[in-house]
Amino acid sequence: MLGLEMKDFRLLLIVIGLTMLAPFILNPFPEGSEMAQFNAGYPDLMQRFVIFGIFAIGFNILFGLTGYLSFGHAAFLGAGSYGAVWMFKLLSMNVLPAIAISVVIAGLFSLLIGFISLRRSGIYFSILTLAFAQMSFALAYSVLTPITGGETGLQLALDDPRIFGASQTATGNIPVPSLFGLEMRSSYELELGSWLFTFNAGYYLAAVFMIIAFYMSIRIFRSPFGMMLRAIKSNQTRMSYTGLNARPYTLAAFVISGMYAGLAGGLMASMDPLAGAERMQWTASGEVVLMTILGGAGTLIGPVLGAGMIKYFENIFSKINETILHGWFAFLPDGLENFVVAMVYPFIGKGWHLTLGIVFMLVVIFLPGGLVQGGQKIAGLFRRKKAEDTKPNATEPAE
Amino acid sequence: MGLLEVKGINKRFGGLQALGDVNLSIEENTTHAIIGPNGAGKSTLLNVLVGKLIPDSGSVMFDGQSVLGRKPHEINQMGISRVFQTPEIFSDLSVFENVMIPCFAKRDGAFRMHAIESIFAERGIQEQADAILADVNMLEKKDMLASSLSRGDKRRLEMAMCLVQDPKLLLLDEPTAGMARADTENTINLLKEIRTKRGITMAIIEHDMNVVFSLAERITVLAQGTPLVEDTPDNIKGHPKVREAYLGEAQV
Repeated sequence: MLGLEMKDFRLLLIVIGLTMLAPFILNPFPEGSEMAQFNAGYPDLMQRFVIFGIFAIGFNILFGLTGYLSFGHAAFLGAGSYGAVWMFKLLSMNVLPAIAISVVIAGLFSLLIGFISLRRSGIYFSILTLAFAQMSFALAYSVLTPITGGETGLQLALDDPRIFGASQTATGNIPVPSLFGLEMRSSYELELGSWLFTFNAGYYLAAVFMIIAFYMSIRIFRSPFGMMLRAIKSNQTRMSYTGLNARPYTLAAFVISGMYAGLAGGLMASMDPLAGAERMQWTASGEVVLMTILGGAGTLIGPVLGAGMIKYFENIFSKINETILHGWFAFLPDGLENFVVAMVYPFIGKGWHLTLGIVFMLVVIFLPGGLVQGGQKIAGLFRRKKAEDTKPNATEPAE
Repeated sequence: MGLLEVKGINKRFGGLQALGDVNLSIEENTTHAIIGPNGAGKSTLLNVLVGKLIPDSGSVMFDGQSVLGRKPHEINQMGISRVFQTPEIFSDLSVFENVMIPCFAKRDGAFRMHAIESIFAERGIQEQADAILADVNMLEKKDMLASSLSRGDKRRLEMAMCLVQDPKLLLLDEPTAGMARADTENTINLLKEIRTKRGITMAIIEHDMNVVFSLAERITVLAQGTPLVEDTPDNIKGHPKVREAYLGEAQV
């Protein structure tokens, strides 16, 4: 189906189903209930899930397949964002040309950086990419202010010389990004009893792009090209003595993953038309590394899971404050309540990084294959209970 | 004119003359062994042939073209395959994938952007890979991870990866190093079979004289970076110069 094996096609269908139904799935708790704060089904967060999903899927093509750990991929995301905002300023508020240019710019930028950085491998490659990204960040922050907006970031203004479309709306406001008139921020709200589901145009656009991105990544994983990338990770000596030139393969993987990052950047700017230098900072590059490893590097679905988990932590865990905690443990005697709250407090709210750090350490130590490996282990337990007679397939590649 | 012509190769590492004026000619359709005591320069010579080292002077011609200055993957594409002392295989990939990769390299060259085609659709490549695995008796292990193979199987897999490319010249660096007697016998038989069935020219570097004399049709003896003699195995046996090189000063 669509050039995929049955197993991969099923995975694609599951991903399509989950992304399309996300507004329902992520809002399991009724509005106004105690648990409503754990609902993630609001447009801003759902958009972030899929956009960072795209970023991580692309990063995984480089890191998961070739093993080259880039610490500078945020630079391509940032470059894509700037490109998209400039398209909004100069050309039109339609998101498609903006997204197209962000992919092209990120592709060219990654070709340049990849060409230089891939002369080295291992830690030296990582340091080179990190240096380039930090350089880009510093430049965007200072010297390149006319292009990047410097500290304030690049924003739309009331006097933008837009070729197609007006500089201002009839009411004197800055126009918003749209897809042929469908505004990205527009949402349809569905109320079912005490549940409220939000269907956002921007989210669905980004979700469609993520599904395409995911499909492309399956094709790459199952192609001879993908096999060569895994061969590079496995043994470069044998690679060259087999008559294969590793350099163009790694460069192609680098550029592809750079384009994925650019697509994510372009989508980010389409949801909210501004771009800042901090998108290029090394913390942003590090975040995508965490997402990929947490979910499972080299697996198809892992990076998406990792991106979802980190963004969920960042947005939901960080919102829980002391008052909410006291509410939860109110049933305990006063002294004990205060003690429990004091113990839990460092792990929530502003301390969400601590929780994430602990989860990350546990995953790396006990599940080097990430969340996907965890899932496989659990599935394996069930399978073993169900049928002992089936042949063990220990060499099954990670899904 | 031999398939491989080495003329006047010199290579120094600092103060050490690793290779001094080496001349060597490997005729097509022969098995040529290069022997010599430790430190004689056998591995250095091999590394020059595959492009890993560049000699200070001299020329290496393969099939009428110069090899010097070319990268290992370019030399492989010319038709030279190499088997390593410790098998170099793609450990994280399955046995089947290990042999498919050289098939792709042979068909598509050093680089091709085939990112959209599916591996499962490459029937021709799959048949080729199946056939070579059947030849080395590893077909039933094709879905195993290469790292989980036994040492002997890794060696056979590496051999299969080289053979499937149908090289003009197969270089073997101590193919039986560290092997048990039975494994050594198996390897000798496998190499004999390759030689007779496929007619591939082979150059072997080897310590084990049993292996050398069961396989070689020509033997070059290296000592201190220079070829001492080159002759047939029968003439090499008991050659005074060879004895001297291996045992030190001849004892009367």
